[in-house]
Amino acid sequence: MTAPVSRASSSLALVERVAAGEPAAIARMISRAESGSSEAREALARIYKRAGRAHIVGITGVPGSGKSTLVGKLAEKIRQQGGKVGIVAIDPSSPYSGGAILGDRIRMSDMATDPGVYIRSMATRGATGGMARAALDAVDILDVAGFDTVIIETVGVGQDEVEIVRASHTTIVVSAPGLGDEIQAIKAGILEIADIHVVSKCDRSDANRTLIDLKQMLMLGMTMTGPTDWQTPVIGTSSVSGTGLDELVAAIVRHRHVAFETETGRRRQLAIAHFRLRKTAENLLLERMGEAVARAAAPLADRLLRRDADPYSLANELLDTSLPGGPVHEQSARSKVAR
Amino acid sequence: MDTPIRVMLAKVGLDGHDRGVKVVARALRDAGMDVIYTGLHRTPDEVVTAAIQEDVDVLGVSLLSGVQMTVFPKIFDRLKKEGADDMIVVAGGVMPDEDAAALKRMGVREIMLQDTPPQAIVDTLKRLVAERGPR
Repeated sequence: MTAPVSRASSSLALVERVAAGEPAAIARMISRAESGSSEAREALARIYKRAGRAHIVGITGVPGSGKSTLVGKLAEKIRQQGGKVGIVAIDPSSPYSGGAILGDRIRMSDMATDPGVYIRSMATRGATGGMARAALDAVDILDVAGFDTVIIETVGVGQDEVEIVRASHTTIVVSAPGLGDEIQAIKAGILEIADIHVVSKCDRSDANRTLIDLKQMLMLGMTMTGPTDWQTPVIGTSSVSGTGLDELVAAIVRHRHVAFETETGRRRQLAIAHFRLRKTAENLLLERMGEAVARAAAPLADRLLRRDADPYSLANELLDTSLPGGPVHEQSARSKVAR
Repeated sequence: MDTPIRVMLAKVGLDGHDRGVKVVARALRDAGMDVIYTGLHRTPDEVVTAAIQEDVDVLGVSLLSGVQMTVFPKIFDRLKKEGADDMIVVAGGVMPDEDAAALKRMGVREIMLQDTPPQAIVDTLKRLVAERGPR
């Protein structure tokens, strides 16, 4: 019988229980991180210091491309090889009510009671880029709890929500057959960020076309950049028949080596740290500005609508009235003159 | 920042009817809650494992198949064993009055039968979470 989590009122008291891998303690810790309560910050700081062992794998792709199903199959394979898998599955919040339907875990039900798999669903709650604000805190918590691979599944994304690449060691982009031609494949954006390309639903007859388009796109890129540490593979998978899954797991393991053992990997880890620092600062700034902006914005929006002033000037006015520390745009104006 | 109420809606056992639970999911979403739906044919163990991992405020089990007196004792046993003692458990669907009374004694906080309007379900969950307080 495990001690009730409700008695562990302080987050600090949960840290050791998280490290011991207790599901309810892990769960409560993630909730506290998500709510952004200042009470949890010291505990999260301790968790951050102990994290850093897990291989963070990001999975992204358009809605309906089969990300969740693939994550489920992938987790099964990793389990068969003895690894423990944490999954952070992100779904969108409604822009109107703020509510969300989190349905990713329905597709992962084959391992529903396996203690070596931990699935946590998260809503975006207004965060952009396909991620949720507390997703990286959740990754650290799962890392410290002993999950050696942590998969982040982004919301179904469009063409340029690419934050996941700045948060994961290995980024997998899932494409589904029938969604576009070779011009889609050479466009900038999401297809550029893949360390591994997956074409899902390869039991469908039009999958070959998509595989060929992606491979050609990569060859085009290679002729321009020359050889690199990592050749991005294009892997066709079918979650129905199991095709390609072993190949995918092998590619992930190979890329783990690149991420942790090479100069390229070291640079990537530094870029991840940069991104996280910036993102956290942004969030703190928004948190501090939040209510003041909401109050100040209404009259300014009214003036914008009447074309009383232009969006740039009014936005500066908004920042001046609501930013802690007072006006900033004079400073930026000055730096412009200096240039 | 206001944290949305997290709710898991579950269907347990050989019960293929989920129109009702989907209507409820939509109503809760539109009331600003995060709703995790388990899908059909889950076991009590699967549901509790998921509800604990997701750290939901409320676990709502929808039953139209008459197995409530088998399912709920198993759910409460597991919740207790795992230390998830502060989860609010509610039931929905169709069941005899005497079962409803027995479930309430077991710890099911509210039983919302088939004629409950969606808004009443929203209000009930908000009240139960407010009564429990922050955790």
